[in-house]
Amino acid sequence: MNLARALGKRLLALALVLFLVTLFTAALISMTPGDPVDLLVPLAESDNPEIQQTVQEQKDAVREDLGLDEPFPVRYAHWLGDFVQGDFGKYYRTNATDPVGDKIKSALPVSLQLMVYAQILALVVAIPLGVVTAYRAGSRFDRATNASAFGLLSIPNFVLGLFLAYYVGVFLGWLPNEGYRHPSDGLVEHFRYMALPTITLAAAQIAVYMRLLRSDMVQTLQEDFIQMARSKGISDRRVLWRHALRPSSITLLTVSGLNVGTLIGGALVVERIFSLPGVGRAIFDAINGRQYVALQSFVAVLAILFVMVNFTVDVLYTVIDPRIRHARATS
Amino acid sequence: MPEPLAEQPLDAAVLVPSDVAAVVQAVEASPTRKLGFMGWFSVCWLVCIIGAAVLAPILPLDDPDETFPGLQRQPPVQPGHLLGGDASGHDMLSRVIFGARTSLLVGFGAILLGWVVGGLLGLMAGYFKGRADTVLSTGFNVLLSIPALVLALSLVAVFASSDQNASNTRRIVVLIIALGIVSIPVLGRITRASTLSWSEREFVKAAQVIGARPRRIIFREVLPNVLPAMMSIALLGIAVVIVAEGALSLLGVGVTGVPTWGNMILDGYSQLSELPHLVFIPSIAIFLTVLSLNYLGDIVRARFDVRESVL
Repeated sequence: MNLARALGKRLLALALVLFLVTLFTAALISMTPGDPVDLLVPLAESDNPEIQQTVQEQKDAVREDLGLDEPFPVRYAHWLGDFVQGDFGKYYRTNATDPVGDKIKSALPVSLQLMVYAQILALVVAIPLGVVTAYRAGSRFDRATNASAFGLLSIPNFVLGLFLAYYVGVFLGWLPNEGYRHPSDGLVEHFRYMALPTITLAAAQIAVYMRLLRSDMVQTLQEDFIQMARSKGISDRRVLWRHALRPSSITLLTVSGLNVGTLIGGALVVERIFSLPGVGRAIFDAINGRQYVALQSFVAVLAILFVMVNFTVDVLYTVIDPRIRHARATS
Repeated sequence: MPEPLAEQPLDAAVLVPSDVAAVVQAVEASPTRKLGFMGWFSVCWLVCIIGAAVLAPILPLDDPDETFPGLQRQPPVQPGHLLGGDASGHDMLSRVIFGARTSLLVGFGAILLGWVVGGLLGLMAGYFKGRADTVLSTGFNVLLSIPALVLALSLVAVFASSDQNASNTRRIVVLIIALGIVSIPVLGRITRASTLSWSEREFVKAAQVIGARPRRIIFREVLPNVLPAMMSIALLGIAVVIVAEGALSLLGVGVTGVPTWGNMILDGYSQLSELPHLVFIPSIAIFLTVLSLNYLGDIVRARFDVRESVL
């Protein structure tokens, strides 16, 4: 009962944050200096009165469409109303418009694939390393791993991406260094194209996750219930993986949720380097093409994604650690 | 100086034999007692690079915009030009040092802005609690809900790139403000969390009882205790901002007129096969700087036990 109420309260807070995020983005974008219409409709550098007439009409149409004559709150309300109904605005081109929704539908899966692969790769590498270094804390292997993690953490993702794209992609020619293949075109091809972007995005996360898990695990291994498990004669391996890992993974879980923000930022960079048609690319294009309505919708979608992931992580705590479940139920 | 006994775990670790446990303690505790080789290396590198960046105009360096006819496409170690030249014959050593000037200026400037604003807001939220805390924390959460690089990119795009002729100074200022705004909620949250726990302590209560003003309590009693947490995040933050500057260059909204480490890497990338040093030199500079800042930030954090989970 209490749990349901707590969940309801959190959902309410979630809705408030999402409302404020979109409001902030809209306000920010409405502060853009200059007339957005001039940026949207390519200036016809022509003396031909007919063309000028057409341009003027188009500008008026766009101005009307964007509600630029109306005050900001009205405009925001319109945008929000459309947004919650799945209408993300329009992409303005000369003489035509494309729905931004289509762009999101094609770009979001690419970015999600990239982020999910990177997250999986990072966790798959980091968890065993974290467990082993905690178990053999202070050993040469531990120190070497820690030092490499530190080094890995200090390589900017764009530097790593550019080096991988050049040395593995061009110089060695092992893996494609640009473009994207849809999974329906063959899974092997798909993963070949995603390999370098995924590695680039995952590298820094590996170091972060490994260090976190190691430090939590070292603490867990000193707890009484581990001693208990050991004294019952359970093998080290089983104690590590079945008894110690789960209570040690709370911080890891939190941070891997929070890191989705870093991943989204990283995806922006990685998609640019490896020419992937994801949301990062879409944002880049929207900024360069001055498509601020599209930009507003893209940022809103990413923020919603990020907030939802962290909300889910918060709910997952209770699943992973019964102590939190009880603490929450009683408070 | 040995650690106080009480801070060491009393029950011996089971999985870890006691002698290994001692080593663990030593490994974990050693940064708190002395800097070690890496620590000293980090300090030296930062002192050198910051010193060179600050003193660049009075050091005997070539003008970074001057082209030397014989220096085009020359690899490192040329007489008079230690790091060689780039494709148009600029002196690489002076470019990497003048690049440090801009990159470090952006890094320190943005974090200073985030530090002062985020720190003040965090202190207020944590000390006054109640409604002030609700409003400020919600503000932090809203800013944190937008992925940092997306926010920075939007801010720079909105305020700078609409004017293609924006001067370099303006671009740098916009970059500092944008990245500063992004760092405000991070520093604000850390400061708030730390303030919350310190403002419950006896000496703060005592100051309140003798009638000290909130401003005095905040700055004289709470702030000195909160500073270490802010310091360690600030060091890590400068590293993040220096990398972000490069990422923003890659995304087409960075500084273009003057050399920065980020735009040097991008400019050199097209010639990576023939002139690898154009990319390697600024990459190594970024790597060593970020490594040093991370390492020192980590030492400060370990020393004062700033929990990452508070982030």
